[in-house]
Amino acid sequence: MAGTSSMNRFYLALLVVAVAGGGLLYWQVRRGVPSIPANVTVTVADTAGFQGYFLGDPDAPVVITEYADYQCPGCQSFDMVQFPDIVRQLVETGKVRWRYRDFPLSIHPFSRMAAHSAACADDQGKYWQQHALIYQGQAAWSRESEVSGTFRGYATQNGLNLTAYDACMMSAKYAGRIQASYDEGVRVGVNGTPTFLIGDRLYGGLSNSDALKKLVDSLTPSGPPLK
Amino acid sequence: MGVALLSLTGMLISAYLWMFKHGYIGSLACGTGGCATVQLSPYSQFLGVDVALLGLAAYAALLGISVLGTQPAWADRREPMVATLLLSAGGVAFAAYLTWLELFVIHAICRWCVTSAVLIVCVFALAMLDRRRLARP
Repeated sequence: MAGTSSMNRFYLALLVVAVAGGGLLYWQVRRGVPSIPANVTVTVADTAGFQGYFLGDPDAPVVITEYADYQCPGCQSFDMVQFPDIVRQLVETGKVRWRYRDFPLSIHPFSRMAAHSAACADDQGKYWQQHALIYQGQAAWSRESEVSGTFRGYATQNGLNLTAYDACMMSAKYAGRIQASYDEGVRVGVNGTPTFLIGDRLYGGLSNSDALKKLVDSLTPSGPPLK
Repeated sequence: MGVALLSLTGMLISAYLWMFKHGYIGSLACGTGGCATVQLSPYSQFLGVDVALLGLAAYAALLGISVLGTQPAWADRREPMVATLLLSAGGVAFAAYLTWLELFVIHAICRWCVTSAVLIVCVFALAMLDRRRLARP
């Protein structure tokens, strides 16, 4: 049987583990969960110098703006299936500059959180990597009850500084920028996702990258046909 | 005493996972997104009860039994050892099932779940050692 001093040490050890563990749990709860508000008032600072997320040559003859929602299955399908071909055939060849704009639909509860997660990754130069992981994981996180942990996991996979990422998410500092992006989409006539603005015309869907290539060819008459 | 400390640690881990699942904690310190994937999958419930809650209850029972077993009146009795052995054996089997789900069904690994599995294996091993001690004449 254990002696009195041995039992005292045992109770002390239990107390230390309980207090330390309980303290850590309390601290985690106090940290809270990030929340990205909708319909915020857009300030000048929200949009100053920011026109969207760009990919490709700034001098490309054609700019295509995609209005998309991270939780929209059609946008996910486009991003996973067609976008890689478009990047290879049009963006990397300097024919097109791609511009991504958030258009979070109100029917999708996690769209703004996803857009904000990507915006926070952009702070660390990893926007397109976070964008890709969010779309790749859409089927899984769309079923979750709370997604910030999953997006944080993507941030980890992308090698982001998590302290800076967490601070960015908790501050919701890009809520206004996301709202401004949505407002821009409404102004140009977007009413569903994905929608593409090419030149001054809106396209509700692009069947495949070949169709887009033909369209871009028609907009760049001086250049040779795209291979 | 070892069983009590391990069980208390298991309780804290289970509480952490349960609090995440119900939104009290925003994100899990996991290293990958695997913990969230596992905790928010349909397999995070067993017969309609949160697996984390089952773990919390089992570890709490183990903690209570092991503290009881350290009391002078119970130190040389077999009942706490037998209860710990049975409960931890069930825990090991359940942890094996959950690990199989992670590897082959969910395709994501939750490091906290792995830690809990290691803890319950250690509890079972300590219970086996205690059984041997009590079997000695």
